Amino acid sequence: MSISSQFINLLASILLLLAFAMLSQRRIKSLIRLFMVQGMTLVVSTIVIAVTTNQSHLYSSALLTFALKVVILPLILYRLIKRLNVEWDVETLLNIPSTMLVGIAIVIVSFNLALPISHLAGTITRSTIGIAMACVLLSLLMMITRSKAISQVIGFLSMENSLFFAATSTTYGMPMVVELGVALDVLVGVLILGVFFFQIREKFESLDLKHLEKAEGE
Amino acid sequence: MMEILAVLGLPLMGGVLLALWGHRSRAPELNVLVSLGTFAASILLAVKILLTGPMIALDEQFFVDSFNVFLVVLTAFVSFTTAMFSRPYMRNERILSSLSNYQIRLYHSMYQVFCFTMLLALTTNNLGILWVAMEGATLATVLLVSLYRTRESLEAAWKYFILCGVGIAQALFGTILIYFAAEKVLGAGGTALLWTHLNAAKGFLEPTVLSIAFVFLLIGYGTKVGLVPLHSWLPDAHAEGPTPVSAVLSGLLLNVALYAVVRCKILVEGALHNRFADDLMMGFGLLSVLTAAFLLWRQKDIKRLFGYSSIEHMGLITFSFGIGANFAGLLHMTVHSLTKSAIFFAVGHAVQRSGTKTMDSIRGLIQSPAIGWGLMLGALAILGMPPFGVFTSEFLILTHAMQSHPWTTPVLLLALGVAFAAIFGKVQSMVWGESTGENLPHPPASLPILLHLSLVLLLGLYIPPHLAKWYHEAARLIG
Amino acid sequence: MNAFGIFTQLLQLLLTVLLAPLLLGWVNQCRAWLQNRKGAGIEQPYRKLRKLFYKDAVIANNASPLFRMVPYILFGSMCLAAAIVPSLATDLSFSAAADAIALVGIFALARIFISLAAMDIGTAFGGMGARREMLVGFLAEPALLMVLFTASLISHSTSLTETVETLAHRHFEIYPSMAFAAIAFLMVLLAENARIPVDNPASHLELTMIHEAMILEYSARHLALIEWASSIKLFAYVSIGIALFVPWGIAQASDWLGIAFALPILIAKLLAGGFGLALIETVMAKQRIFRAPEFMGTAFLFGVLGMLVHFLLGA
Repeated sequence: MSISSQFINLLASILLLLAFAMLSQRRIKSLIRLFMVQGMTLVVSTIVIAVTTNQSHLYSSALLTFALKVVILPLILYRLIKRLNVEWDVETLLNIPSTMLVGIAIVIVSFNLALPISHLAGTITRSTIGIAMACVLLSLLMMITRSKAISQVIGFLSMENSLFFAATSTTYGMPMVVELGVALDVLVGVLILGVFFFQIREKFESLDLKHLEKAEGE
Repeated sequence: MMEILAVLGLPLMGGVLLALWGHRSRAPELNVLVSLGTFAASILLAVKILLTGPMIALDEQFFVDSFNVFLVVLTAFVSFTTAMFSRPYMRNERILSSLSNYQIRLYHSMYQVFCFTMLLALTTNNLGILWVAMEGATLATVLLVSLYRTRESLEAAWKYFILCGVGIAQALFGTILIYFAAEKVLGAGGTALLWTHLNAAKGFLEPTVLSIAFVFLLIGYGTKVGLVPLHSWLPDAHAEGPTPVSAVLSGLLLNVALYAVVRCKILVEGALHNRFADDLMMGFGLLSVLTAAFLLWRQKDIKRLFGYSSIEHMGLITFSFGIGANFAGLLHMTVHSLTKSAIFFAVGHAVQRSGTKTMDSIRGLIQSPAIGWGLMLGALAILGMPPFGVFTSEFLILTHAMQSHPWTTPVLLLALGVAFAAIFGKVQSMVWGESTGENLPHPPASLPILLHLSLVLLLGLYIPPHLAKWYHEAARLIG
Repeated sequence: MNAFGIFTQLLQLLLTVLLAPLLLGWVNQCRAWLQNRKGAGIEQPYRKLRKLFYKDAVIANNASPLFRMVPYILFGSMCLAAAIVPSLATDLSFSAAADAIALVGIFALARIFISLAAMDIGTAFGGMGARREMLVGFLAEPALLMVLFTASLISHSTSLTETVETLAHRHFEIYPSMAFAAIAFLMVLLAENARIPVDNPASHLELTMIHEAMILEYSARHLALIEWASSIKLFAYVSIGIALFVPWGIAQASDWLGIAFALPILIAKLLAGGFGLALIETVMAKQRIFRAPEFMGTAFLFGVLGMLVHFLLGA
């Protein structure tokens, strides 16, 4: 294995570690910080892949990631929690050790699913798809187990990060049009949600989504 | 080429214009006008496709064949009639629910943006753009669903956003997997996500990757189709948004999401050469039909009732594509979206008249013939009574199921029977009886209801040979 | 068994036993510095041992012979553990006798005896301490095993010396699985040596203490042996960490010059490791005892993840 692919593997493992860290984190502020670190890891991995494979469009996509996920989105989120005055997310719907155990099960399942795929890959980073899949599902788990609206959104964004990592590491990135489109969707989504938070708090006097469950639902 | 630009450009332009002037008194007319223009452009596009065959345009980024052009026309038509319906409806709403100028502007603008994203999803050749457009459609409708800013509408919008956001993220993963498989065959770069290229090379794509990809895609886009068990956003979103939005959600968005699934299914089937994708669609479809039919009984809210009915019918269509009854599936797509939007038009006015969505409190809708008869006939049509078109398509699906998978027929018949009893009983008591409502400030829009129901009736009695040929052509493309 | 093996084995054992209190002193000194205190100096543990050895032992009336034997058992097993871990050279004559799993077993043996001794007198604190110790131990052991297995998977051997040979002298590679293992190991180290997030070595507060609660009844030479044994345990753990995660510099078989280099390198690593430990203890807060299972569960999780990542990435 070449040194750069080892490095990508290391970054992939760091992403997995961050996914677990997010899962176990109780404070929203630290959650945002972890999200920033995740974004930075993505930028580094994109640049490493760009250097190794000489794919120039990956540089622009690294720049895009940096701007969006390390600067703009954390900034928006920070301002949101400051203005909404929510820094803690004490209540998780499932206690943290059990969440971790479920997380391990998820990792095993996704590694198993990805094994046949990773044998087929010709890219330098063939094994990362399993990790990316695990990260996607772990973020999903985080969204399920959190009750605060902001933590759910961070879970959503970290899922998007993992998907982005899957795209860059297994296929050297999607075409630029698609990437721009995805970035636009994410940005607009977060802005809409930001407005939403204020409306939710205005109507429910809390950002805790457990209050949302009283309406009849199947 | 020009036609595609017109089809996509008009609603986008409309969205921008209405974002500026959407609160003016003539804005609803502008909304109708833009939709009419889009509809006209889509007709031109369809004529061109019928005369010259499939076309690829704009650096291969757009692809139109008889399968999607039929959906383009349907989408443009229903969004045009819904715009007609929303003209009196929103005027009434403005008085009844005291919407602000800002909300009205948001509504009109997002309505056009929503149409744009759906048309983009239908015409694009790029699976990545398809995803982006579907996500864009989610964002636009989230704003529409939360328009009233009540607790319930916020909850519904939040649920909708989170569930569909999660679902659609899975679809992105599926898209990445397809790209990953295609890249080895087609080489890196833009062409590996273009559907036409993928379709040409589908026999060489790696089957394992594609089967995993299809699972993710089906979960992802299936969430938007409203397949059980990923359906829980659908009734809420239908119930809490403005009724024109419920009409386009049921009539169009679900179709577009299903279109995405079918497009991916064509690829996966070509690579796998087995019934994996078919069986998955069949299973999810059957489960949705059955679950939704039984859940219909428990509904008290009229808009939720028809939301569940949409889940049932989308399940039926998914099932029919799964068993290979493509002709029947396409026909059912058409008649369902026409009928269901007509029903929602009637329901919207009924709710405005009675001031409540609770079915127990709605009585005597027949006082206003357009609403009462519209709801009654629409309900009969959606329940599959002859001579409406839904009967034809359901009959075709059932006979096809009887031939290929006989064991599914009793299940389907049971579900349809249960649904019939549930909806018919509830609708009947709402239409007849002592009226509780008062007359609306603006007269209800009867033309769209009439138009839709007569089209459905026409399709039930006689399918013009041109149309039949068109359906057959599209069914053949699906494989 | 060659002469070089016996020599390195003896040298390493001697060094470990003698240097262990120094490491403890260094950690405590660093903590004092980080907390803006002057500190007692790094030779303080030696002074304490000497003081304890000069004193007369007081033993409870109802103590059984086990109570007297335990300090010696403890000291002996820690010496054995320290002899197995390759800190100076990989050519150890003992290493053939015990592999990584046996090492965990030796630690478990020591834990069982000290818990028995704690319960022997029948005081409330002894029983409580033993219970807590077993709770932490039963969670820490599998985590430690996972860490060692991850390393063994890379070297295809459970023998510690061979693992270190493979890791230190092979062509350089990045092992992401070892990153997970390192985090897990660090957490196990903190828990097993009664360091801060789990236990506080400097406190005798009954609500929180674990290790100290078990040895409350000991005095004089017995206490001295136990304290010495725990410092050897810390030394052994830090050595395992060094051997697994920064093995460069450990001498190979029959390499006399290597030993001469290995010693200063080892001391430098120990100094750095001790400082790191002090830093962690300064910035972290003591957790409630009920959080300990969560803490150890996380360590286990990281160990398992390391193994899984190894299987997926093959590295």
